[in-house]
Amino acid sequence: MRTFLERILLSRWTKAVVFLLCLGPLARLLWLALHHRLSANPIEFITHATGDWILRFLLLTLAITPLRRLLGLPQLIRYRRMLGLFAFFYAFLHFSIWIGLDQFFAWDDMWRDIQKRRYITVGFAGFLLLLPLAVTSTAGWIRRLGGRRWQQLHRAIYFAAAAGVVHYYWLVKSDVRKPVAYGAAAAVLLLLRLDPWLLKKKKTGANLAPATPQSD
Amino acid sequence: MLIKRAPELQSSEQTPKQIYLERRKFIAGLSLAAGASLAGKNLWNLLAPSAHVHASNKLSGVVKSSYRTDETQTPYEDATHYNNFYEFGTDKSDPAKNAQNFRTSPWTVTVDGEVKKPRKFSMDEILKLAPLEERVYRHRCVEAWSMVVPWIGYSFSELAKLVEPTPKARYVAFESYYDPRQMPLGSRAGIPLPYVDGLRLDEAMHPLALLTVGMYGESLPNQDGAPVRMILPWKYGFKSIKSLVRIRFVKDQPPVTWNLANSREYGFYSNVNPAVDHPRWTQAKERRLGEFFKRPTLMFNGYADQVAGLYSGMDLRKNF
Repeated sequence: MRTFLERILLSRWTKAVVFLLCLGPLARLLWLALHHRLSANPIEFITHATGDWILRFLLLTLAITPLRRLLGLPQLIRYRRMLGLFAFFYAFLHFSIWIGLDQFFAWDDMWRDIQKRRYITVGFAGFLLLLPLAVTSTAGWIRRLGGRRWQQLHRAIYFAAAAGVVHYYWLVKSDVRKPVAYGAAAAVLLLLRLDPWLLKKKKTGANLAPATPQSD
Repeated sequence: MLIKRAPELQSSEQTPKQIYLERRKFIAGLSLAAGASLAGKNLWNLLAPSAHVHASNKLSGVVKSSYRTDETQTPYEDATHYNNFYEFGTDKSDPAKNAQNFRTSPWTVTVDGEVKKPRKFSMDEILKLAPLEERVYRHRCVEAWSMVVPWIGYSFSELAKLVEPTPKARYVAFESYYDPRQMPLGSRAGIPLPYVDGLRLDEAMHPLALLTVGMYGESLPNQDGAPVRMILPWKYGFKSIKSLVRIRFVKDQPPVTWNLANSREYGFYSNVNPAVDHPRWTQAKERRLGEFFKRPTLMFNGYADQVAGLYSGMDLRKNF
């Protein structure tokens, strides 16, 4: 059973299927657009939909490391980069929709909003944090930076996820259930990291170090 | 999460020609997305909302009022499927789904407080109390989107006259119906319910303040505040209280729900004002549903000529 699961995780077909599943949210939006079902306010609809998926992909990405440990399935690492890049992909869509459709390239207005509206400030900061992570996601960059520095850099995802949750929490009018749920999930995923990290501190330089990034 | 089912399958969607046309539209949209300069307009076609089908509940004897804008009216489908009615859920698409079985008959509206003739009105009485007029108003939500809707009703002052407010009456307090059994999502809305709102007496007596029983030639759909609501076109949409059950004429400024929920962001007046931002977003512009480009928001939503006098000498930054 175990080896079967491991074989599935290691299969390149599984990876292809996961890749296609990650495109599902985008496919759904295109399908709804074709059928004129993006509500009376399509720009708002696709902004919210892509925003939701950024947070979901960030949470999925953050779930990989604790799940590897808890399930004893180190092979899950094969999916982390892809999930992280999809988080960035939806963030890029979300940001592009804001610039091109919502604001229609009103650069002055957008810059003012980034400075003045704190939910936009923090959302923009989250996007900026994801940018270097996407750029340095390749094996070449891991080599160039060295595993340790690469890993330190990529801890920025913790702050990007927090920024995403706060961005959402600050923009809702009164019903905060969804941003709170995302926040709780992110908190759990970050707390799960605390335990091995503390253990590692105690043993100083022990072999419990979290996954070193590996190419796949 | 997978694709949600269509609430109603439209026959137009089944015809091959339509599919063919939509496919062509898609291809056009894609190629233009790659292009850039003209992309806005054609992509907008791709993003355009759907045409409408609806059951009819016509109101008869409606006369067209001179209070009307010539601006393009928002499609019925949009005005009835893009709603803020937190008693039925906080998503814009929730009220159309969750208000379907809302019981609006029998219905009575209690009018009391500082009046000589307090009384209850049945819905029948309200419908016959004054000639029904169709007024086409702009409707501007505090969230910076707007619509143009042909409402049906008559000036609130018609009803007020019948109960004869006393000189002590300085404000009017409105209250919405709230039944947690019929509105189970209300408890999660994040605002105190029942929904209450209020106006100064002179605001309420302004002829533009519309006691509303219908829209688009028909009685109000449940999700739009059936069976009777207020429409105050110079104020943000949330001031136009839905599913009214109680009206009190009072001495002191009554509490209003959004102010109770968040006093920093919502005051008592909530007049549309492009110069006073919501603390979290600008109110200078709005997106008219169905339009791609945002348009500038007008002072008092374009009704300044009629209502500005109500607020002369007031600091509208303080009295937001």
